[in-house]
Amino acid sequence: MGGIPHDHYEPKSKLEKAIDSRLPIVGLLYDTIMVPTPKNLNWMWIWGIVLTFCLALQIITGIVLVMHYTPHVDMAFASIEHIMRDVNGGHMIRYFHMNGASLFFMAVYTHMFRGLYYGSYKAPREITWIIGMLIYLLMMATGFLGYVLPWGQMSFHGTAVITGLFGAIPFVGETLQSWLLGATAVGQPALNRFFSLHYLFPFLIAGLVIVHIWAFHTTGNNNPTGVEVRRGSKAEAEKDTLPFWPYFVVKDLFALALILTIFMAIVGFMPNYLGHPDNYIEANPLATPAHIVPEWYYLPFYAILRAFTSEVWVVQFASFITGGIVDAKFFGVLAMFGAIAVMALAPWLDTSSVRSGRYRPMFKWWFGILVADFIFLMWLGARPAEEPYASLALIGATYWFAYFLVILPLLGVIEKPSTPPATIEDDFNTHYVKSDAANIAAPAE
Amino acid sequence: MLKKFTLGITLALVLGGSGVRAAGSEGHVDDHDFSFEGPFGSYDQEQLRRGLKVYTEVCSSCHGMKFVPIRTLGDEGGPQLSKAEVRAYATQFVQVWDQSLNDGEGDYRDALPADHFPKGGNSNAPDLSLMAKARAGFHGPVSTGINQLLKGMGGPEYILSLLTGYTGKEKTASGTTLYENTAYPGGWISMAPPLEDEIVEFEDGHKNDLKHLSEDISAFLMWTAEPKLNDRKRAGTVGVLILGLLTILLFLANKALWKPIKNREI
Repeated sequence: MGGIPHDHYEPKSKLEKAIDSRLPIVGLLYDTIMVPTPKNLNWMWIWGIVLTFCLALQIITGIVLVMHYTPHVDMAFASIEHIMRDVNGGHMIRYFHMNGASLFFMAVYTHMFRGLYYGSYKAPREITWIIGMLIYLLMMATGFLGYVLPWGQMSFHGTAVITGLFGAIPFVGETLQSWLLGATAVGQPALNRFFSLHYLFPFLIAGLVIVHIWAFHTTGNNNPTGVEVRRGSKAEAEKDTLPFWPYFVVKDLFALALILTIFMAIVGFMPNYLGHPDNYIEANPLATPAHIVPEWYYLPFYAILRAFTSEVWVVQFASFITGGIVDAKFFGVLAMFGAIAVMALAPWLDTSSVRSGRYRPMFKWWFGILVADFIFLMWLGARPAEEPYASLALIGATYWFAYFLVILPLLGVIEKPSTPPATIEDDFNTHYVKSDAANIAAPAE
Repeated sequence: MLKKFTLGITLALVLGGSGVRAAGSEGHVDDHDFSFEGPFGSYDQEQLRRGLKVYTEVCSSCHGMKFVPIRTLGDEGGPQLSKAEVRAYATQFVQVWDQSLNDGEGDYRDALPADHFPKGGNSNAPDLSLMAKARAGFHGPVSTGINQLLKGMGGPEYILSLLTGYTGKEKTASGTTLYENTAYPGGWISMAPPLEDEIVEFEDGHKNDLKHLSEDISAFLMWTAEPKLNDRKRAGTVGVLILGLLTILLFLANKALWKPIKNREI
């Protein structure tokens, strides 16, 4: 691995040398766990551990749930009740899995906004960012597939709505939709394949997580200042960094334990709070729920999907110039995926010479509005599709796109950033070191 | 800024927690303090037994509970009938369809503890196994989920309010009699008022007016929907305590670990 200069693993005994010359796995683990980490990382740099934990939690609880679940339209719902009633500890395992998905998304959104604020997506970390976006897309897919499995009312009708989105694609839509469902409507073939893919995707995510970590271990972590670690020599690098173990492992574990305490309280005392009551009704194709609402973590993008109705002039314009090929429904689908795509393009849309938002006085405000916009859209996604929510959603969606496509490129030109500290060491000393004579120029030891 | 967006995400979680409901047509549901509410709440065994009696004598004539095994009536934390009582209950009060009887023609027979409660006889009457989790009594305000955070999801409260929410008015729409009900979304329900004062008698002479009967059946239906509630809350409490302790230890470890780094003389 490339990256910041640091001590590498040296095999000592004969056995160690023998293993290392055949498979340098111990060295790989050593380099990973001892990776030099900027010592000024703040509490926003704990979400990676939380996310890794979530993935492990979901895979482990998921594997146990599969042992008792039956992917059949007549038995799926009953098999969930079997898990809740008869399987030893089954009710806890299922509630961990259900709420684990929420924890996973809560952590991933915080992690992403962390990256957006501190400019973690900027060169040389574009690949880390893009892989992160792929992980996020896979998470969305996995979450959706998993929500279908209990075969409740919201599972069934939600699937009909979401796969219907693919049906909106011109020319190939209907074929594509039937191909995805394995039939013309949601039924047994869909349940079987969704079950299969829901089991597969987490392992793809796990693979991408390894690449994600590999990428940022090569470039080094970003940090709150956005200033790079000095890597002229090992001694210089050591002024800016500390090894991941034990300093950041213990810090991250503390944060994880705190978050898990809250998580445990939610699972133990209000496990259905984040869910939807309708999903405790067995799927009935003949009775559509009054409101089909996705899980909370999809709501911002669901709001964007619904924002572009046929009354919006951009939609009318798109429909006009494409001769009606792009209708409101397809436009909504494009907008929803576009909203994620513009995020993925952030590394090339942000023109600022300064990486961290901490030193960007105007950016801070626009970023703050983006976070508020995200929450606003989330709220709108849960409201019925009627006025004034439709208009508000349009405003929210417009800001989302404007932030990435207009504001980020322009800010780099018009904003006058303040000066970040010269080194991470300086930043660390000003923020954390309690010393009467905080003389920055003095040697570190 | 950072704290703001952590706060934002937390807020978003709270906001997102609410399932949306039709605005305007929502029924009115009153909050009620059940024994199983709150982090340390648990089922009241006597109340569950009374609720079972109400279910058996009234609800079961139309509704079923196909996900509930009869044997669970003997489980700890539930009505906790003795083995003999469960067996007696199954044979006396429940008839199940058995396809293997009558040379494969099928026939009804007395239930065994291993059987589930049967499906309801009336296809318009929804299954009650999960009713207390399949309805939310509290929503909003305006999809924020704050009410559910404060009062709970309100499933049992919905059932209670529904059973006590009949106004006495009736109307006929396309051949069906509808009854006005203040808790039912839309205001008119096709179920005739099922409970009335003293429709069920308790051996111990417990109050059996409409309100008390409704409370008992609501609590019982919460148990059928969430039979492991007591266990879950206990696990939650133990988990929070252990993780809380671990958090404190890790906090101290982290502080000690970073102390020499942060307090070093420069």
